[in-house]
Amino acid sequence: MAHLKLDAKKIARCRELAENIARPIDSLIQSHTTVAIERTVLRLLGVNGAVKRSGQWYPEVNAIIDDLHTDLLPKMSAAEKEAPPLSRGALYYFVNGMIQKKMPAAELGHAVASRKVDLLKIPFAPDAEIEKLARELCQKGRDWIVSAKTTRDGIRKETNDRFDPEGKGGPCLYVIVATGNIYDDVIQARAAAQAGADAIAVIRSTAQSLIDYVPHGATTEGFGGTYATQENFRIMREALDDESKKLGRYIRLTNYCSGLCMPEIAALGAVERLDFLLNDAMYGILFRDINMKRTLIDQHFSRRIIALSKIVIHTGEDNYLTTADAVENGHQVLASQFINERFALNAKMTQDQMGLGHAQEMDPEHPNVFLLEIARAQMTRDIFPKSPIKFMPPTRHKCGDIFYSHLMDAMFNFVGVLTGQTIQLLGMMTEAMHTPLLQDRWISIKNAKYIFNGAKDLGNEITFKPGGMIEKWAEKVLDDTLAHLEMVNEKGMITAIGERAFAEVKRTETGGKGLDGVIRRAPNYLNPFFEIL
Amino acid sequence: MSETPKGPQKVDLKRLKPYGDIMGDGTIQICFTLPVEASAEAREAAVQLVQKMGLDQIKVATMENVGRGFSMFVIYANVKVPVDFTKIEVVKVEAKTRARDELDEVIKTHIGRKLVVLGACTGYDAHTVGIDAIMNMKGFAGDYGLERYQWLDARNLGAQVLNEELIKLAVSEKADAILVSKVVTQHNIHIRDLKDLITRAKKAGLMDRLIFVAGGPRVTHPLALECGFDAGFGVGTKPSDVASYIVEEFLRRRERLDGIPNPLRPTDEPARAKAPAKPTKKSAPKTKRGSAGSKLVVKFRPKKAMTTGARARKASPRRKAKK
Repeated sequence: MAHLKLDAKKIARCRELAENIARPIDSLIQSHTTVAIERTVLRLLGVNGAVKRSGQWYPEVNAIIDDLHTDLLPKMSAAEKEAPPLSRGALYYFVNGMIQKKMPAAELGHAVASRKVDLLKIPFAPDAEIEKLARELCQKGRDWIVSAKTTRDGIRKETNDRFDPEGKGGPCLYVIVATGNIYDDVIQARAAAQAGADAIAVIRSTAQSLIDYVPHGATTEGFGGTYATQENFRIMREALDDESKKLGRYIRLTNYCSGLCMPEIAALGAVERLDFLLNDAMYGILFRDINMKRTLIDQHFSRRIIALSKIVIHTGEDNYLTTADAVENGHQVLASQFINERFALNAKMTQDQMGLGHAQEMDPEHPNVFLLEIARAQMTRDIFPKSPIKFMPPTRHKCGDIFYSHLMDAMFNFVGVLTGQTIQLLGMMTEAMHTPLLQDRWISIKNAKYIFNGAKDLGNEITFKPGGMIEKWAEKVLDDTLAHLEMVNEKGMITAIGERAFAEVKRTETGGKGLDGVIRRAPNYLNPFFEIL
Repeated sequence: MSETPKGPQKVDLKRLKPYGDIMGDGTIQICFTLPVEASAEAREAAVQLVQKMGLDQIKVATMENVGRGFSMFVIYANVKVPVDFTKIEVVKVEAKTRARDELDEVIKTHIGRKLVVLGACTGYDAHTVGIDAIMNMKGFAGDYGLERYQWLDARNLGAQVLNEELIKLAVSEKADAILVSKVVTQHNIHIRDLKDLITRAKKAGLMDRLIFVAGGPRVTHPLALECGFDAGFGVGTKPSDVASYIVEEFLRRRERLDGIPNPLRPTDEPARAKAPAKPTKKSAPKTKRGSAGSKLVVKFRPKKAMTTGARARKASPRRKAKK
């Protein structure tokens, strides 16, 4: 494979800066919890039912945390808000409930959610007893994740999985389904797998990231996508297991681990054997206006779960190129990739789990646009050689001309195979028109197979001209990235985001959704998951 | 062979048909998927479907399996029925696109204050590509965004702004125009959201002065009118198209409501007197269909109104509501 000559010292300095940038955030993470983290803990104990609230299914974990914290907030004084009951951790109350009521987790969860037991109004067992049982229960939760991982590894082996994080076997063909109905999604996903897709992403219903609970059960109605629910995960994974076995080729499943329920989705994804999760340290802050603290704290716990279950995450740097100019903003993408890598490492993830994202979004009429795109794609590959790089297709400059659009996707596939990208999200000729039709996906897969096969070893046959346009562009982007990271480091990440350091979006520390759900941990905060994950 | 070669055939606008390589051949291409395996029967089914669409000379270019139980077709066929191009009428956005400095000059000279423009993706829509292209300083395709205009106070509120919030802001910020971008269209959520905004605006009494503009890949001007908006812009719209419309519409309304002459009115168009176009309650009484009152209205309606005017009015429930 041809490589770019990039200054290793500059790359090392970028990594050092990312580490510095993440350090103050790490102390924020270590001293706080969130309602989403506490709900995740209960889910991993086995509380995964739902109760009817005003005609809709509402997760038991939400009902429990609402009663323990969220609904108490309006009645609390400022001093009480500093140290609310939940600052000890939901486990403390819940495990005590299990001791007092002699109920297993699922049963107590249902009783509390149905308001038959009030966790704040029962006697408390000695702390040591609660802690001991909590540890045992968390260990079981951990075992649950590990056993799902073992099952997944077994099916992968059985179906001759050839996924290589370093992308040496050529890009993995990744397509989306987005009908809004999980059962229709299954039809589309099976057809895509039969056509040659290696990975299926079920697009979420628009704005699910802003709902502070994970909907319950199988769903058949969504907007621009299908709700991410535990049951929908299970239905799709079951279908893909079946299809994988029929085809003798392992088909990966992807969903979205972002938004207000980030850690819960990580837990559900882990136990339902998802392979890929879209998970970004800053995406929610910038593009969904979720509060900074909330996202940064949540992403860490979600990644701790992901680290254990060996799910591959995909980061969302492609978004920087759709909101800001793609030619001018390459350095923001790279800077964010360094930061995402550091946050993932801090959550015990390994580099082969980090599908760092980028996209081919430059103006197609820009002179020599492919040279610039090749430079960007190749430098991403070369700077993160062990990571399964995720390459995303043109969307911004697409319009209704499906023929031109198809051609743009072909060039994108060419750049992808040439530069050794690991995961290639295939473009659709009907991008910007509607969610893909069955035939759109077929045509797109045919396009990718043709080019990935025809140019399979081209990358090994060429070298980049020293001092040529491609190398110079990569150098420029690296220099800009270094300067950008120096700036972010100097100002601090929170201030820098407040000054539009990323994607030209401005966010503040106290702005955005979900700040209410951030709680400072008490000195006796109980959550053994932080030690054992 | 013996005939003298004729020159290129001229297009017959009264009998317009698609053009492939011979004028009037009516050639079109179609692509679709049938939920059955590719087979001789599937091919015949596809041909019959295309026949039923009113096409002939059907050529199946390709039939291939696209997953178990699905076959995709690419078909060429010829359209038999023409349309009369000379009778086509379309409802269009009424504005001539002007350059940024020219628009700034018009606002400065003739309005004397900045026009306040709020832009947002409403409801659960989180796709800001469109609104960013129009609002943000940088703009789109070399055309600067509204934030760059000296005499526009343009504010991009971003994604997922609730209609309720947008109306509140329109009041508190004394907005002159609202731009709404809608990208997600599943289950027609964009139409529901757009209509809901207008319902709220009506309740708040904002319809007279405030200019409502919708945009998005699936938004057309007639669709926007149908939703009660004043104008709709689709793919490829540049910021200056939108800015030109806002400025012209502002001046048109000011003329209509306050009697201040519109400096941009083309010289061949007669001036509109103060609030003349809107029929008063007296001239257009609310009557039930088929009553004597409705006959009266028909009687007074000029002939032209039966075509363009009637259609425009029909397409705009907003104007209807004002009556």
